[in-house]
Amino acid sequence: MADAHTDHSGASHGSVGSYLTGFVISVLLTVAAFGVVMAHSFSPSGTIAAIAVLAAVQIVVHLVFFLHMNTSSEQRWNVMAFVFTVLTVFILIVGTLFIMHDTSINMMSR
Amino acid sequence: MAHDITADAAHAHEEHHESPVVFGFWLYLMTDCIIFGTLFAVFAVMRNQFAGGPTGKDIFDLNGVGIETALLLLSSITYGFGMISAHQNKLGALRGWLGVTFILGLGFLFMELREFSHMIAEGNGPDRSAFLSAFFTLVGTHGLHVTCGLLWMAVLIVQTGGKTVLSERMTNKLTCLSLFWHFLDIVWICVFTFVYLMSVI
Repeated sequence: MADAHTDHSGASHGSVGSYLTGFVISVLLTVAAFGVVMAHSFSPSGTIAAIAVLAAVQIVVHLVFFLHMNTSSEQRWNVMAFVFTVLTVFILIVGTLFIMHDTSINMMSR
Repeated sequence: MAHDITADAAHAHEEHHESPVVFGFWLYLMTDCIIFGTLFAVFAVMRNQFAGGPTGKDIFDLNGVGIETALLLLSSITYGFGMISAHQNKLGALRGWLGVTFILGLGFLFMELREFSHMIAEGNGPDRSAFLSAFFTLVGTHGLHVTCGLLWMAVLIVQTGGKTVLSERMTNKLTCLSLFWHFLDIVWICVFTFVYLMSVI
């Protein structure tokens, strides 16, 4: 009985090992992001690009290791809802920035 | 034996994932993503509207943000350990991990409220500039979510008290809070990257 439980929990809810893996990767990415900013080693635009990439990677790490997102068939609807949400948020943010930027240029507020 | 069968049935069900409850909660989280997406868009538009007030560089303390990040990240993994205990039906360990997670979350909230009160005391409250209004709305909404998560966690610690086996319903509740808590950590990644770090570059 105990064995069965250990097997199951290892497979689909994440194991101690997978949580620790995710945690260590997350710590490294977080430290890297803070380090890049505090060290001032890149140009401002380079730094922005670097921390944006680090954040994107860390989000994926969290989704996989902590929220257990994967490509299995049981997860299909979760993943589809997520992809749709990412698309919506992308349109929302990029659209807002685009419109507000144009508005401020045309109103000569900057 | 009887309770073993119950636990196993609950487990087998969970194994094929989708309890509709958990999927429904996932959809709620997706709508929450859109709320945060909107607030991030507002912040992105307002981030340079200082109205002669302080910039992020003047008021953000990266050490404090680093500690908050560490607390939240640690609390994510302790909740994960709690869920592993739950799936092994080790309810004492589950409550212990939930307790640790609760304290880490409370520490995060304490740090955040202290930061807010310092800023407001120095006259840099949400009414100072559009930048600060957007900042307080975005980070405050995240803090409000953390507060709700902590209340929910306290309720679950009480509800699992005295039980020897987890019902499917209780497992679903724990799974939903797990998704909620890890989701808040993801939002925080965006907050420390796009709000704090980008403002001090």
